[in-house]
Amino acid sequence: MALKIVKGSIDRMFDKNLQDLVRGIRNHKEDEAKYISTCIDEIKQELKQDNIAVKANAVCKLTYLQMLGYDVSWAAFNIVEVMSSSKFTYKRIGYLAASQCFHESTDVIMLTTNQIRKDLSSPNQYDTGVALTGLSCFVTPDLARDLANDIMTLMSHTKPYIRKKAVLIMYKVFLKYPESLRPAFPRLKEKLEDPDPGVQSAAVNVICELARRNPKNYLSLAPLFFKLMTSSTNNWVLIKIIKLFGALTPLEPRLVYSCVHVVKYLGLLAMSKILKTHPKSVQSHKDLILQCLDDKDESIRLRALDLLYGMVSKKNLMEIVKKLMLHVDKAEGTTYRDELLTKIIDICSQSNYQYITNFEWYISILVELTRLEGTRHGHLIASQMLDVAIRVKAIRAFAVAQMATLLDNAHLLTGNMQRNGICEVLYAAAWICGEFSEHLENPMQTLEAMLRPKVATLPGHIQAVYVQNAAKLFATVLKSQEGNTDSTAAQETSQLMIDRLPLFVQSANLEVQERASCILQLVKYIQKLQQKDVEIAEEVNALFAGELNPVAPKAQKKVPVPEGLDLDAWINEPPSESESEDEQPKAIFAKEEPKHSRPRHTEVDEKELARRREARKQEQANNPFYIKASPSSQKAVYYKSHKHKIFPPCVLSFFTGLPMSDQYVKLEEERRQKERAEKKKKEKKKRKEKRSGRGKKHDSGPESEEDITPAHQVDIVTEEMPEVNSLDILYFKKSSKHKKKKQKKEKEEKEKKKKKKHHHHHHHSDGGGEESVQNGTVEEEEPLPVSVYQSSARHSVYDIQGNLQDGSQVVVSVIFENKGDSFLKSMEFNVLDSLNSKLQRPDGSGPHDGLTVPFQLPPGVSNEARFVFTVQSIIMPQKLKGTLTFIVKDSSTHEKLDFKLHFTCTSYLITTPCYSDAFAKLLESGDLKGSSVRLEGVNMPFHHLLARICFHHHFSVVERIDSCASMYSRSIQGHHVCLLVKTSGQTVSIDAKCDEPTLLGNVLDEIKQTFSQC
Amino acid sequence: MIKAILIFNNHGKPRLSKFYEHYTEDTEQQIIRETFHLVSKRDENVCNFLEGGMLIGGSDYKLIYRHYATLYFVFCVDSSESELGILDLIQVFVETLDKCFENVCELDLIFHVDKVHNILAEMVMGGMVLETNMNEIITQVDAQNKMEKSEVNQDLTYSLFYLPV
Repeated sequence: MALKIVKGSIDRMFDKNLQDLVRGIRNHKEDEAKYISTCIDEIKQELKQDNIAVKANAVCKLTYLQMLGYDVSWAAFNIVEVMSSSKFTYKRIGYLAASQCFHESTDVIMLTTNQIRKDLSSPNQYDTGVALTGLSCFVTPDLARDLANDIMTLMSHTKPYIRKKAVLIMYKVFLKYPESLRPAFPRLKEKLEDPDPGVQSAAVNVICELARRNPKNYLSLAPLFFKLMTSSTNNWVLIKIIKLFGALTPLEPRLVYSCVHVVKYLGLLAMSKILKTHPKSVQSHKDLILQCLDDKDESIRLRALDLLYGMVSKKNLMEIVKKLMLHVDKAEGTTYRDELLTKIIDICSQSNYQYITNFEWYISILVELTRLEGTRHGHLIASQMLDVAIRVKAIRAFAVAQMATLLDNAHLLTGNMQRNGICEVLYAAAWICGEFSEHLENPMQTLEAMLRPKVATLPGHIQAVYVQNAAKLFATVLKSQEGNTDSTAAQETSQLMIDRLPLFVQSANLEVQERASCILQLVKYIQKLQQKDVEIAEEVNALFAGELNPVAPKAQKKVPVPEGLDLDAWINEPPSESESEDEQPKAIFAKEEPKHSRPRHTEVDEKELARRREARKQEQANNPFYIKASPSSQKAVYYKSHKHKIFPPCVLSFFTGLPMSDQYVKLEEERRQKERAEKKKKEKKKRKEKRSGRGKKHDSGPESEEDITPAHQVDIVTEEMPEVNSLDILYFKKSSKHKKKKQKKEKEEKEKKKKKKHHHHHHHSDGGGEESVQNGTVEEEEPLPVSVYQSSARHSVYDIQGNLQDGSQVVVSVIFENKGDSFLKSMEFNVLDSLNSKLQRPDGSGPHDGLTVPFQLPPGVSNEARFVFTVQSIIMPQKLKGTLTFIVKDSSTHEKLDFKLHFTCTSYLITTPCYSDAFAKLLESGDLKGSSVRLEGVNMPFHHLLARICFHHHFSVVERIDSCASMYSRSIQGHHVCLLVKTSGQTVSIDAKCDEPTLLGNVLDEIKQTFSQC
Repeated sequence: MIKAILIFNNHGKPRLSKFYEHYTEDTEQQIIRETFHLVSKRDENVCNFLEGGMLIGGSDYKLIYRHYATLYFVFCVDSSESELGILDLIQVFVETLDKCFENVCELDLIFHVDKVHNILAEMVMGGMVLETNMNEIITQVDAQNKMEKSEVNQDLTYSLFYLPV
C-alpha cells in the first residue's frame, strides 16, 4: 500500500515537466509564491531520485524558476550531475542551467573540469558545442588555465561549427587567463583567413574585442583587416572591422582615411537606397554629396554620381552639371571620366529632358564634352545631339551653328582618330548640318568642310553620312546661289562636288561608295542642266524635301488599323530568309527609302507634289497626335525666355507622315526583294559582275533599273507556275481539301513485328506504294490514284507492339522517312482517340493535343518515334484516324497528312514459347473455345507458311510433325491462342482454340488476309 | 560584447533572460524591471536605441530593442557593438524563432523557454555574436533536436523492456 502511494507520487512528479510548471504558475496567479514553493519542494524530491531523467526534468524547471528570480544555487551539485549525463538531451539541460546560475564563486565548478574536458573531446560535435557554450558563460580562471590547451586544439577542429565556437571562447579564456594569449595568438590570426565565413567572423570578433582593450598590439594586423574589409561580404565582419579601425585610429591616423572611406561609401550607398523612396530628404544633402566628388576614392565618387542622378531638379541641374564638368576636366583615368560623361548625359536626359530649361546650354555642354580625348562615349554624345536637334525645334538654329563649328574644327576631334571614339559626334554634326541646312549661316563653308580630303580617314559609316548630307547642303547652297542669279557661283559649287566626290567613290566602304557614286552622277546631271541655264535648285531641293519626324517606338500601336486591312496577311509571298541580310537598316535615314522614287514624282508632277504637301500639312494640323512646331513668331518668344518646349515623339499616322508614294515604294520594295531572292540562284554570277562593275562605272544607283521589273502581278504568277507539275495538278483536282501545291506526300504502311527468332527477311511485297495490309496499317485518307503516290515525299512504316508489363499499353513505333527533297520540320503527330484506345499525352495537355515528333527530317532521312497508347479491350481490331502536320521548310508551307492506324488483334499478341506438354494440358483443360479456318490456294512450302504466321502474327511453333504443326501465342492480357495448322496440297486448314472467341475469330481473319495476298 | 539579452512582454513579465555577466537573482530582476520601464514608455516612432540604465553598465552601455506585438526584445551591449548590427541580429533572432516555432507567438516563448535558450545559444555565445546566418542557425538547432528525439526513442524502448513495473 505504502509502495503504491510512493509510486503514484513519483509518477505525478515525473509527469510535471516544464510546461506543467508554467501552466501551474499561470493558474495560480493569486498565490503564485506559495505555488512555486510547493513546486520547489517537489523538485527537491525529484532531485533525490536516482533516475537521471527525473533529475534533468527537475533541473530544467529550476532554470525556469531562476529566470523568475528564485535562487537555485543550492542545486548546483545536481546541475553538475545532469551535465555529466552521457545523453545529449540531459547534458544540454545541465549546461544551460549551469550557464544561467554558475559564477566564479560557485564551489562545485572545480568538480566540472574533467567532465568538461571529456565533453570537449567528445566525438559528438554537439556535446562539444554545448560544453563550449556553457563554458563561455561560467569560465573561471582555473577552468581557463586547465582547459586552454584543449580549447586551442579545438580551434583547428575539422568541423567549422566547433572551430568557430572554440575561436570565440578564446576571448573569455584570454580574459580569465591572460597568459594563454601569447601562445594562442598565431593560431587566432590564422583563423582570420579560415575558409569558413563563420570562423572568420568569430576570429574578427575576438581580435576586435582584444584590440579595444589594447589597441597598439594589433596595429600590425591592420593590412590584413583592410584586405578582409574589401573582400568580405559579411556585414557583421565589416561592422566589426570598422569598429576595430575606430579603436586603432588614435594610434595610426592614416587609418582614419580608410575608415572614413568605408563609412562614407556605406553612407552614400544607404542614401541611394533612401533616394528611391524619399528623394526630398536626400536632396537637402546635395552639397555634401558634391563634396564627395572630390574624394580621392574612385568608388566613393562613383557612388556620389549615382546619387546625383536622382537629386537633380530644374533648379539645380545647371549647377550640378557645372560641377561635374569641372570634374571632367580634372579627372584622370578614363574610366571615371567616361562614367562622369555618361552620368552627365543621363542626368540631363532623364525623363525626357524633364529638368532642362535651356537647351542652348545643353547643346554647348555636349559640344564641350566633345573636347574629351579618348572617351568611348562619342556615340552617346552624338545620339543626344541628334535627339535634341530633332525634337527641340526651337534650338535647331543654334544647334546647327554649333555643329557647323564642330565640322569646321573636325581636325581637332580627329587628331588621334583610331582610338578616338569622339569622332562619332561628327556623324551627328554632319547629319544635323545637312538636315537642317536652312539654318546654316554659311552653308558653303560647311559644305567645303564636309568635303575635305581628310574626311576620307573617318570611319565608313560617318563618311557615308558626310556624303549624303553634303548632297543636302549642296541643294541648299544651290538654292541660295540661284536666288542671287549668280549662275557661275552655282556652277562652281557643282564643280566642287564633282571634284571632291570621286574621293569617296573610291572608298573601300560600300555604303560610302554607293552613295557617293549616286550623288556624283546626280551632280553631273545637274551641272549639265546648269550649263543649259536651267534653274534646277528647286528640283534638287525637292530631293530632300519633307520633314523628318521622330516617332516613339510604341507610336504605331496608337494608330487604329483601317477597316478591311489585314496586317497579318502577306501582301506578297514572304521573302526568303536568305535575303534578309540585304535589308537596309532603317536607322535615322528613314528618308533614304523614298529617294529612288521621289525624282520621278517631282519630274512628272511638281504641282501634284505641292498639292500633297499642302494636304499633308492640313492633315497634320487636324491630327491630334501630330504636334507641330510653334510658328516662327512664337518661336522667338520661346527662344528669348529660354524655355524651350520638348516635342514629344510624334505618332506616325498611317496616312499623314508619309506621302502616298511610300506605300508603293514599300510594296515594291518587298516585291523586289522577293524577286531578287528568286533570281538570286540563276543570276548569281551576273549579279556579281554587275556589282563589281558598279564601282567602276559610277553609273548605277543602289538598285539597277534591270532589277525593277514593272509587271509585278504577272511575275509572281509565272514564277510559281513551273513548280506545279502535272501530278500536282491532278492532285489539286482530286482533293479539294488541300490547297498547298506541294502536297505530294503519302504514307505507306508496313508492319514489322519484332520477333526474336525471325528477325530478318520476309520482305513484304509492299513495294511501290501499294497498300499491303499486314498486322498494322496506315492508310492514306484520300482515295488518291496510285500515280500520285509515285512522287511520294514521305514514307512511313510503323510497328505496334504490346507491352507485356502492362496489359493495357501498346507502343507504336513509327518510322518517318522523308522521300521528298524538302526539309520537313515541326512535325506533330495526333490521333483521334476512341473510347477504347487513347494516345498517351504528357500531363497537362488536352485530349486533342498533338504530340511533337522530337526530330526534324532532312530530305532522304528517316527516323523513328514512339507513341504509347492505352487500350482497354483487345479482342477487336481497331482503326484510329490521325493526322500528321508538318512544315515544309523550303516553301514554308504547313501541311497535313491524314492516316489511319490499324490496331489489329495480332498486334496484341506476344510471341511466347510453349512446351508441348503444357500445350497439351492447355488444350485438355476444356476452357478454350474452338474455331477453324481454311485457306485455299496457298502455294508455298509448309515451313514458309509457318514462318509467315510466326512473323506476322506472333506465334511460336510448339511442335511440328510432317505437314502438321501446333502453334501458340499469348495476348498482352493473358489470353491463350493455340493453332493446329495442317496442309494438304494447296489447302491449309487451321484449327484454333482460345479462351476468348471474339479475339480468336479476328486473329484468324487476319491470318486469312495475310495469305490472301500472296 | 553583449551584456544581456532580455525578452519581456508588454507588462514586463520576463519571457527570457540571458545575462552574460554575473548578477544575483535579485539584481537580475531589478534590471529587468528597470529595462522594462525605460523601454515601455518610449513611443513606437522613436529610435530603437537608448543609453543604458543605472544598474547595468553605465555610460559605455546602451539598450537596443525592438518591439514585436506583445514582446520586447532588448539587447544590452557595450560600445564595441554596432547599433544597426544588433538591430539586424534581433531581426534574425525573431525570424529564426518564427521558423523554429512556425509563426511564433508569446505562448511559444512562455512554454518553451528552454528551446529559445537553445536557439539563442547558436547565435550568441558568451556575449559574443557567433552566427548571423539564419539558415546555419536553424540547421544546427534542428540537428540537435533530432539527436534529442532519437535519444527519447531509445529511452522509451529501454523503459518498455527493462524498467521494472
